Amino acid sequence: MSFRDTILQNVRNNQPSSRELPAIPKFHSEQPVDLKKQFTAALKELYGEVVTEPPADFEEFLRKRYPHAKTICSAAPEYTGNRVPQDFTRWSDASIIDVTIVRSPLGVAETGSVLLSEEEFRVNTIGFLAHDIVILLDPAEIVENLHDAYGHPHFLDKAYSLLMSGPSGSADIGGITVHPAQGVMTLTVIFWPRAQSKTTQTV
Amino acid sequence: MQVALMIPCYVDLFYPEVGVATLELLEKLKVDVVYPFDQTCCGQPMANSGCYEEAQATEELFIKNFSAFDHIVTPSGSCTHHLRHKFTAAPDSPERRKISASVYDLVEFLHDVLQVGEFPGTEFKHKVALRTSCSAIRGIGLASMSERVHDPKFSKPKQLLERVPGIEFVDFERPDECCGFGGSFSVTEEAVAAQMGYDKVEFMRKAGADYIVSSDMSCLMHLQGCSSRLGTDLKVLHIAQILNGVTQ
Amino acid sequence: MSVVDQAENAAEFISDRTHEQHLDQLLWMLRTRRDEAASRVQEWEQLRDLASQIKEHTLSNLAHYLEMFESRAKANGVTVHWAQDAHEHNQIVYQLLSDRKADELIKSKSMLTEECDTRRFLEERGIRVTETDLGERIQQLDDQPPSHIVGPAWHKTTQDIANVFAKAYGSDKEKADPVYLAHVMRENTRPLIERARVGMTGANFAVAETGAIVTVTNEGNADLSGNVPELRICSVGLEKMIPRNEDLAVFIRLLTRSATGNSITQYTSHFRAPRQNGEMHIILVDNGRSSRLGMEKFWPSLKCIRCAACMNTCPVYRRSGGLSYGSTYMGPIGIIMMPTFDIRRYSELPFSSTLNGSCTNVCPVKINIHEQIYAWREVMEKKHQINLVKKSAMIVAGKVLSNPTLYRMAGDTMEASLKVLPRFAIYNQLNAWGRHRDIPQPAKETFHDWYKKHRSQATGQETNP
Repeated sequence: MSFRDTILQNVRNNQPSSRELPAIPKFHSEQPVDLKKQFTAALKELYGEVVTEPPADFEEFLRKRYPHAKTICSAAPEYTGNRVPQDFTRWSDASIIDVTIVRSPLGVAETGSVLLSEEEFRVNTIGFLAHDIVILLDPAEIVENLHDAYGHPHFLDKAYSLLMSGPSGSADIGGITVHPAQGVMTLTVIFWPRAQSKTTQTV
Repeated sequence: MQVALMIPCYVDLFYPEVGVATLELLEKLKVDVVYPFDQTCCGQPMANSGCYEEAQATEELFIKNFSAFDHIVTPSGSCTHHLRHKFTAAPDSPERRKISASVYDLVEFLHDVLQVGEFPGTEFKHKVALRTSCSAIRGIGLASMSERVHDPKFSKPKQLLERVPGIEFVDFERPDECCGFGGSFSVTEEAVAAQMGYDKVEFMRKAGADYIVSSDMSCLMHLQGCSSRLGTDLKVLHIAQILNGVTQ
Repeated sequence: MSVVDQAENAAEFISDRTHEQHLDQLLWMLRTRRDEAASRVQEWEQLRDLASQIKEHTLSNLAHYLEMFESRAKANGVTVHWAQDAHEHNQIVYQLLSDRKADELIKSKSMLTEECDTRRFLEERGIRVTETDLGERIQQLDDQPPSHIVGPAWHKTTQDIANVFAKAYGSDKEKADPVYLAHVMRENTRPLIERARVGMTGANFAVAETGAIVTVTNEGNADLSGNVPELRICSVGLEKMIPRNEDLAVFIRLLTRSATGNSITQYTSHFRAPRQNGEMHIILVDNGRSSRLGMEKFWPSLKCIRCAACMNTCPVYRRSGGLSYGSTYMGPIGIIMMPTFDIRRYSELPFSSTLNGSCTNVCPVKINIHEQIYAWREVMEKKHQINLVKKSAMIVAGKVLSNPTLYRMAGDTMEASLKVLPRFAIYNQLNAWGRHRDIPQPAKETFHDWYKKHRSQATGQETNP
């Protein structure tokens, strides 16, 4: 593309004299931080919910929370729903999902965010076209802030990585945040340590 | 100590009593005040309109009148900001730089240089809405600004006024939002300027103020115009007048 | 195109008390929320410094980072295009669609595509374009450009939006309820999203080190536009470049807090490579940016991360409405950017400011906005873009104010003093000031007169010209 060379030449000719690139500190708090508490509070501000223990009966938990849900797609090893991500060869078909269940490898206490990518989703659209989402998070994998979060290898080797922070919403009408918007209606994070995998239950 | 007194053009023509109060106040504080009689203006009106050529001769006259002095004092945050940071229409010279380094807003001068502790014989038993101009706050640092949330809160004009018995400060909404004067803006975009002024007057009135006090007559001129058009009985006074002993 | 008379447009907006108050209060609320969010981050000012330094470093080494980005993106399987101007950008998009015989696309919000007027270009060529961002969609349905770069429809009341949706979708006009209206949007747009074969997004950031682009949304519409269709097109202005993945933390921490006061948006999405069975195309767009880079006083405007904190704090913007600027970018950042696109059309914008400086102090990347506004005034004057009446008033003022005797004579008569004082007599008319305010009365004696009378022994300096 000839435009490329013209553009680059113009840029080179016009660049101001070089300024230094600063080093970025980690900005960790000097006081000890209760990461679980901070994560929970931050997520609440963005209209997400935290369940602090893995439910004794996950099946029952889902039934109570999502009484109308028929299609449950789980991408998490801890639970087998009635659909798996691989079912959706056409990614737009994921819109039939009522509840998506997925495990996240990282939570961010500062913002209540969870990290997800095609590795966790398999089919990315299960994360947005579903009606609701449940995210399993090992509290030992919660980091303090975004400086920590961006150290995760996903950002370097995944095609798509997402910091999801609460359910989809919009403040476009009068500045008031409302749900739903185009994505999930509700978002729930369950603090669920990795090592303890509950015996999987099937529908 | 000797200072040269600079009276902004609009004070000279419309509010000379503010100039008189400034002069008398400095004299009371044992300052030797010289008033270069040939002074006119700092050049800001033309410079703010981008008309640097038209500002040049005015700024050169300013240099001629004031460059001999080590301290230039003016009862205007806006003129001070211009002279300190934007005084560039005239060619660069040691005299021009000396002016920029020697100019003080009256409040700065009283607070930082003279470090006045008391204003004997003063009294002001009224509710005051203190308005510090945008040039004074963000231009020359006369008070902390709401945008910079971690900066320690301070206000030099308030610290001076606190030494006047009887004064009661009222807290009003959006304390450092611009009042809408903005120089020629007040005429070229007068609908917005007026609305900004109305809103400010209304916030102050709601807070129970009797007086609007400022170290900048330009804001006060605008707010007074808005206030009387709205039919409120809020009055305006320049800080120099209160510190010089006016009681109402 | 004719010169935009922002002042006149603003006066019209203000005369509609409902809409002016609605916008002013909404945006001041966001400014307040921004303050609260900033106060919870102890290192806020340090983050601003870092953000500014990272951007200045990047812009001063932009060619290097553009090449790095391109090579990494290509290695990731992304196709990279370069567009010198808006037309070239639109042409590339159209070509990608027509090569695949696609006649519709979904897109998420991108101010760059507004700048390039991409939607209109494509629609003229038979492509159906659906905005998936709620605010953009409202504006699209109402055939209006966005009025604010973060909340395109914030100037509209909920009732206004109910009216727009009633007309477009047949929803209930009486239900002016944001939740109901959001449902209406979702129901009407979902089917279009699901069947889309082509999706278009902008980018908030482009990371040179990884070749990834980053989008920041609350709705997830960039994620939908980027994942559902097989072909994904991403428009990126040259200035979106940042060097390293770790730099993102600084910007993400500042961006949403500055924009709305939330700590982060719901979806912070990083697209590094095409999805499975998909294609990803990035278009790097110049459209005047490389020229702006060479402007000594104005290149720092390229640091902008599109948070709109400057608009929310600007007392003029809040009372004028974004549409009054007649431009893609509005408010303080618009004033300093738009003249680089069309100096004649936007020659009056630098005067739509009181130079109060609030914008500069909320800007997360420390652009000296109000100083650039001031500098643009001189440029306009030098390029004779200044209104002739204003100019002649300035010439008169300059003559009088540089002559002590003339000045004192002018002060002696009531009418003359008002004529000479440029601050309010710029058109030699009192009516402009007096339309909404009471006029100040010239004093019976000036300070000069008083001084001569009461301190006359000290007037040894009095001279005759």
